[in-house]
Amino acid sequence: MQLPYAATARPDTGVTNGKLGTWLFLASEVMLFGALFATYIILRVGATHWPHGAELLNVPLATINTAVLITSSVTMVMAWASCAQRSLGRFRLYMGLTILLGAVFLVIKYFEYAAKIHHHLYPRTNTFLAIYFTLTGLHAFHVFGGMVLNAYFWGPGVRLWRENPEWFTHRVEHAGLFWHFVDLVWIFLFPTLYLL
Amino acid sequence: MAEVRDREVAAARAPALHVPHEEALGFWRKYVFSTDHKVIGIQYAVTGLLFLLFGFSLMMLMRWQLAYPEQPLPWIGRLLGDSRAPGGVMLPEFYNQLGAMHGTIMVFLGVVPLAVGGFGNFVLPLQIGAPDMAFPKVNMASYWCYFLGGVTMFVSFFAPGGAAQAGWTSYPPLAAITPFWGQVLWLVGMVFLITSSLLGSINFITTTIQLRAEGMTFFRLPFFVWAQFVTAFLLLLAFPPLEAAAVLQLMDRIAGTSFFMPSGLVVSGQPLEISGGGSPLLWQHLFWFLAHPEVYVLILPAMGIVAEVIANNTRKPLWGYRTMVYSVVFLGFMSFIVWAHHMFLTGMGTTIAGFFQTTTMIISVPSVIILTALFLSLWGGSIRFTTPMLFALAFLPMFGIGGLTGLPLGLSATDIHLHDTYYVIGHFHYVVAPGTIFALFAGIYHWFPKATGRKMSEFLGKLHFWPSLVFMNMVFFPMLIQGLAGVSRRLYDGGAMYTHAQEVLYWNKIMSFGAWGLAVAQLPFVVNFFRSIRGGEPVSRNPWEATTLEWAAPSPPPHGNFERPPVVYRGPYEYSVPGSAAGYLPQHVAAEH
Repeated sequence: MQLPYAATARPDTGVTNGKLGTWLFLASEVMLFGALFATYIILRVGATHWPHGAELLNVPLATINTAVLITSSVTMVMAWASCAQRSLGRFRLYMGLTILLGAVFLVIKYFEYAAKIHHHLYPRTNTFLAIYFTLTGLHAFHVFGGMVLNAYFWGPGVRLWRENPEWFTHRVEHAGLFWHFVDLVWIFLFPTLYLL
Repeated sequence: MAEVRDREVAAARAPALHVPHEEALGFWRKYVFSTDHKVIGIQYAVTGLLFLLFGFSLMMLMRWQLAYPEQPLPWIGRLLGDSRAPGGVMLPEFYNQLGAMHGTIMVFLGVVPLAVGGFGNFVLPLQIGAPDMAFPKVNMASYWCYFLGGVTMFVSFFAPGGAAQAGWTSYPPLAAITPFWGQVLWLVGMVFLITSSLLGSINFITTTIQLRAEGMTFFRLPFFVWAQFVTAFLLLLAFPPLEAAAVLQLMDRIAGTSFFMPSGLVVSGQPLEISGGGSPLLWQHLFWFLAHPEVYVLILPAMGIVAEVIANNTRKPLWGYRTMVYSVVFLGFMSFIVWAHHMFLTGMGTTIAGFFQTTTMIISVPSVIILTALFLSLWGGSIRFTTPMLFALAFLPMFGIGGLTGLPLGLSATDIHLHDTYYVIGHFHYVVAPGTIFALFAGIYHWFPKATGRKMSEFLGKLHFWPSLVFMNMVFFPMLIQGLAGVSRRLYDGGAMYTHAQEVLYWNKIMSFGAWGLAVAQLPFVVNFFRSIRGGEPVSRNPWEATTLEWAAPSPPPHGNFERPPVVYRGPYEYSVPGSAAGYLPQHVAAEH
């Protein structure tokens, strides 16, 4: 059974089902991270001593990671644009790069975590580290989820391309929306945790 | 008549027939891992009903302890085992498990899955003329997340130390010092349930916006669809903060963080070895940021069902349909800024309390408008007192009592006296039990013919309704009396040890017998439900002579719902149309000739 407006936009609303669903999902994600940022504010306002992020965290590594994620957002757009121009080869190249950059981000994040543990800085050490590990951990989990999604479109998902390239392009766009959102969360996390 | 006319009209309009082909699916794909919104709706409804029964059973055990404190439970007591009830006498820890899990199960595993997952899934796509939900696979995932959450909650009873004991609200630091596994499984179960609701709400909103049939404008949507639509927004935006809170509490439990643990916390004379610096109030804010909108998640679908049943059985258009729609949307917005009226006693400050009591008084206005519109809809109607109508009619005064008893709780001054008493229990049970659950029963009797092609027995239905109405009031009204007398709602012995409770103590036995009587009163429903699936009176498409689109599909509708996409020509409640031969005009009928 083929549902209406899965592959083409509904004329009066101007969107496909998938695009609306993706935006709604992102709205709920905003509430999820919003609640965690609110937690950060409440903990910090109520604290007698709150460490400066740079005292405990590695700012240069996080700066590199910021650059990595922003670059991956650019390659994500290129992947989608390649789809829109109906070039599967270039789509695979750029999507592959996006996944690779996601992996680079996670590897750098792993070294950051390992250094903390090495210095006996655990989530239970203080509330700053608690919220640091929770926020960045949840974000890393999202990065990983985005990579799985992108890998699906890079690999087995391509069969939809052969049947309906327009629909495939829409779905890549939705995956891109999620990827940009994950990127955006980091853009907020980085200054909040590392610089403020 | 109308049906024949409809077919002619539609045939003339759409010569190219779109026949949904019935795919040959195996048993597992068709009934268990189904992507059909109707099967998923029925799965949700049946699972929800089973959990309602389970949650109700927990409460019946509690009622024994409250009526006969520290006396051995007859028969069942021995089955519970020594870790729960040595010698048949319930331990306080077990009583706390029952209390916490009764609340959790009734709200998150019973009423919401039945009202939203069950009725929303089954009825909403039919009422807007859609072939299915916008994301059928996501819909299936939503049910199975709910199922896993339910299993997790159920299994927690058998974990070392038993199930969660810190109330359905799981306030830390209490929730942080109860037995480990019960609380951790509760949190994991909540994460599953929240994920399920998120997936469901995305589907409901997208379906309503995208898959409306031709001609189905927003102001031609049945009120039920509006109610579900607003509910879905509440689930979408209010649940994630609780998901965050559940993650934080899991971190407190597993990683030893102190998100909700203040500095200098001493438990049983021992200072806890934690970093401290957290805030117990933070949990309450995050919890109630969900749980107050959750109240409207419980009540809005119920109002939607009642509106459908009342319009159909008074044979009249709803009074003030547009006003009701504006009210329900306003209610949805307001429900996000009233949460802290659950926290007047926490010492968060009078300025904040002042703000939240003002918003609370404002939110009562749209609720009253909707209820008034439903009452006025009865005026001058030729009412059919069918079983669904009886339940819908009983909803009105029962929800009315629930709503009015809430006003003193919404004002911070009076709330101080009432908050920790049985008055609160009486208040919200009037809203949810004889309120929402009666509406859900109305919905079951109303849409059962659509789901099965057969009607439920009217006689057994009435045998179910009247005793239920009496027993519901027998259980919940005395709570208001005890609460006004100052009896705390968290007592293991029902107040027996307190002097000031002695005068109202006899109500405990009356309430308990009411609860057990209520269980007996559900037997006709159970018999009726199972017998009618095969033995009920067979019906055609539209046994209630209703106007909305679900009645234009066959009973039960095939996969894909309609033989051809329906076209909508009018609003949802055109009953008693002057000059109309049938007396009503279904939404999909072009014009009376």
